[in-house]
Amino acid sequence: MKKTLVKENSYYDSVTLMSLSSKVLGVDGVLEAVISMGTEMNKELLRNVGLATDESEAAGNNDLIIAISAADRNSYEEAIRLVEELLGSSRQGRTQGVEKKYRSIDEAVGDIDANVAVISVPGMYAAREARIALENDMHVMLFSDNVEIEDERKLKEMGREKGLLVMGPDCGTASINNIGLCFANEVRKGNIGIVGASGTGMQEIMVQIHRHGGGISQAIGTGGRDLHRDIGGIMMLEGLKALNKDDDTDVIVLVSKPPAEEVEAKMLDEVKDIDKPVVICFLDGEEENEQLADVSFVHTLYDAAITAVKLSGTGGKTDRDAGDPAEKVAEIKETLKKSQKYFRGLYCGGTLCTEALSIARDSFNSIKSNVAERGQEMLEDIHNYTGNVLLDLGEDEFTAGRPHPMIDPTLRNMKIVEEAEDGEVGVILLDFVLGYGAHEDPVGKTLESIDKARDIAKSNGRNIAFVAYICGTDMDRQDYGKQRKMLEKNGIIVANSNVEAVNMVIELLN
Amino acid sequence: MGINNIFGRELNILNIGTSKFKEDLELQGQKVVDIDWEPPAGGDIELLNILDRFSSDEKVILANKKAVDIMINAHPILVDVDRALDVIPGMKPNLILHSGPPIQWDRMAGPMKGAIIGALIYEGLAEDEDSAVKLVESGKIEFAPCHEHSAVGPMAGIISPSMPVHVVHNRTYDNYSYCTINEGLGKVLRYGAFSDEVIQRLKWIEKEFAPVLKKALSLVEDGIDIKSLISQAVHMGDECHNRNKAATSLFFREITSYILETGVKMSIIKRILKFIKENEHYFLNLSMPACKAATDAAMGIEHSTIVTTMARNGVEFGIKVSGLGKDKWFTGPANMIEGLMFPGYKEEDANPDIGDSAITETYGIGGFMMGGAPAIVQFVGGTVKDAIEYSEKMYRITTAENNNFSIPTLDFRGSAIGIDLLKVIDTGILPIINTGMAHRTAGIGQVGAGLVTPPMDCFTKAIKEFDEVYGG
Repeated sequence: MKKTLVKENSYYDSVTLMSLSSKVLGVDGVLEAVISMGTEMNKELLRNVGLATDESEAAGNNDLIIAISAADRNSYEEAIRLVEELLGSSRQGRTQGVEKKYRSIDEAVGDIDANVAVISVPGMYAAREARIALENDMHVMLFSDNVEIEDERKLKEMGREKGLLVMGPDCGTASINNIGLCFANEVRKGNIGIVGASGTGMQEIMVQIHRHGGGISQAIGTGGRDLHRDIGGIMMLEGLKALNKDDDTDVIVLVSKPPAEEVEAKMLDEVKDIDKPVVICFLDGEEENEQLADVSFVHTLYDAAITAVKLSGTGGKTDRDAGDPAEKVAEIKETLKKSQKYFRGLYCGGTLCTEALSIARDSFNSIKSNVAERGQEMLEDIHNYTGNVLLDLGEDEFTAGRPHPMIDPTLRNMKIVEEAEDGEVGVILLDFVLGYGAHEDPVGKTLESIDKARDIAKSNGRNIAFVAYICGTDMDRQDYGKQRKMLEKNGIIVANSNVEAVNMVIELLN
Repeated sequence: MGINNIFGRELNILNIGTSKFKEDLELQGQKVVDIDWEPPAGGDIELLNILDRFSSDEKVILANKKAVDIMINAHPILVDVDRALDVIPGMKPNLILHSGPPIQWDRMAGPMKGAIIGALIYEGLAEDEDSAVKLVESGKIEFAPCHEHSAVGPMAGIISPSMPVHVVHNRTYDNYSYCTINEGLGKVLRYGAFSDEVIQRLKWIEKEFAPVLKKALSLVEDGIDIKSLISQAVHMGDECHNRNKAATSLFFREITSYILETGVKMSIIKRILKFIKENEHYFLNLSMPACKAATDAAMGIEHSTIVTTMARNGVEFGIKVSGLGKDKWFTGPANMIEGLMFPGYKEEDANPDIGDSAITETYGIGGFMMGGAPAIVQFVGGTVKDAIEYSEKMYRITTAENNNFSIPTLDFRGSAIGIDLLKVIDTGILPIINTGMAHRTAGIGQVGAGLVTPPMDCFTKAIKEFDEVYGG
């Protein structure tokens, strides 16, 4: 049975609702479940899955829609019970306890001397909250996406004026005073400061710095559009200047996709005035013609990390994990059939996916990806494709109404099983991101799907090679060692960096 | 130093959005305060854009300060009792004033129709219900809101030309306001009753009560200071809308010696004192015009988003906003009151919200001071904790605190005053009004009491109009 309920004036944040949707999907007999606020985007989603009703069409942004399609009445009711139970408990959580409740930033700042606001409300409201936070002299971590670029510019100009950080919009990662905001790994404290326009890119650099014995002073996120022409790199430049003045920072790393030309010029101009060594990582960029003293240009996250560690004078020990993966790679390579010519990279981390593309490109005739920016590499249809494909499953086209695969691996798990049906696929490449914000046991939650994929391949007389990279450190709360062991025990090749993982894929298929 | 200020400093974090980020920050030993966030303005982007245009507009902030200062500095004094026709501006022999925003006879609520029939009989313009209705239908009688004639009236709020009215003078701004004499509870005109008993009482008020009170007031040098009486009464458990016990007693104490001084016959004096003493709501018809005098003075201040009127006619709720002029109403359908029914009555007996008494909330007393009036709480069906929460919540939609009226249970915090249209839209919090419930059918009287709010419609219409006027 199909049924769509609307509860008026019941606001829940999207992360709560998305994790709820995925739990409801897990109920036996539930075919489709969309539990969301009545925004235009969500209503479109409902239409697409055939669960829209007149009532849901009339729902507003502040109305909760519970749309469930189930095989029979019992499973529908079971699902509804679960929804009510989970929503009920979170509502209760909001009212219990002696803690004073605040309904707005204005209300709270008077009572507590807040200096940082972490904002993750829906995009259309986010700029407003950020502005209020800035008006109240708070640094802003703006996780929300779908913020108008004009609003972003205004916010950043205001931040620059007031000497406040505006990290975002669409900023997933930052580490201020070694406190991880949103998605961040626990890493050693040190003398390398990072300003980055990419979330998982910063995570990978931090992780690799840690693995090579270095440490982090500050990691300032700017959001992906900071180096866009319309923003002009305001936060990148402000962050750079701040790190230059910071006594605890000796080396500065800047990371982003290649910026607009005039923005790059402005940036390099600013870099000339910096008296500390600077590592610039324009990910997947062209070779630089420019030669600047004390500036190193690199093009992968990995190179950014090791160059910075070298410059910081703190490196030396590389905590490579024991065992020689090359042997394992050779061993598994033997089991692949000749017809299994292709690999599929299923990424949670967008920047990791871009880095993979930049490395793998030279070794294959053709790779398609939804993060590609060069015409011939662009993937036309994210559901129908053949050949070598790199997917960033965190892109909007996959996550609309579903939790980001870093928070909940369900979305990627489905994809893993799907890829196994393709007889031409020899290797599946996976990233696992640990740290704050990420799922508490990403490997554990994925193994079952890997098994399923292998069963499918096996029943067709094939074997599929799995290569994985865990973007995490021994300090992360998910227990890196345990995550790694689980993979290895299940015959999955584990690399020590994203770059290494991609090189293994190349080795397996060439 | 700018950004570097945060380096090395302890982070005090506000989390606005998903609580997952709060949990992860707490795992790192950080202090995080979660904002219980909901989309502002009910998620309506058009309204949010308007809010953004005005909420930090210096002109609006200054205008609002001016409007609220006027309200706070107002000093209403009871100076006289006189005939409506003689004192109320624009009053005419064939004009009847009613509560709330404008409304035509055929759309009026039961109690209001009943009270108009009663008033026409009282005026001698009709003999009975039938002839009264016929007269109205002939079109010879005109109707207008009390509020458009510097007056206010509880429930049906009917004022006809011969009725005596309290005359309240705002000493600071030299404007006047008017309100009838409260008839007491039970079968009374304001609930739409028009039996002989009701008409006789009105006649007695006109012929015997009003002249003596007028004479007594003429003996009081500076009039009776209503502002001061309200200040004292709110420290004695009144909120001067639904509970007027203390205020009526204080008024009784003030006026008695002057009534005695009038030198009229002791038998008359006895009746007059008994009438005031036995009517716990006598003071309502003084607190209402006092609030009206104060809020009227704050009307028409350009750029101000302060609400200066809230009133209902039993069908519609209407508000006025200072910056949008004294003649402009913004209306929406009146809500049903939620609370306790008197024994023998059911919810479907109740009429939607009616009366001008929400002028008390407009002035920051009544429902806004419920937290300081614990005795009223059970009457309207709640707990003391609820009442305090209501009072505290009102600070979120107002711009100032009125130290003239302080709330003992909130450590003598001044009452929330100056309802700001922008804040109502932003927070979605509506002003809280505690009020009586009238029976749907004319003449039955009060059937319960409870809490009610204006419909959000009034405010959304007003803010859109504000944007039309000042947005360009």
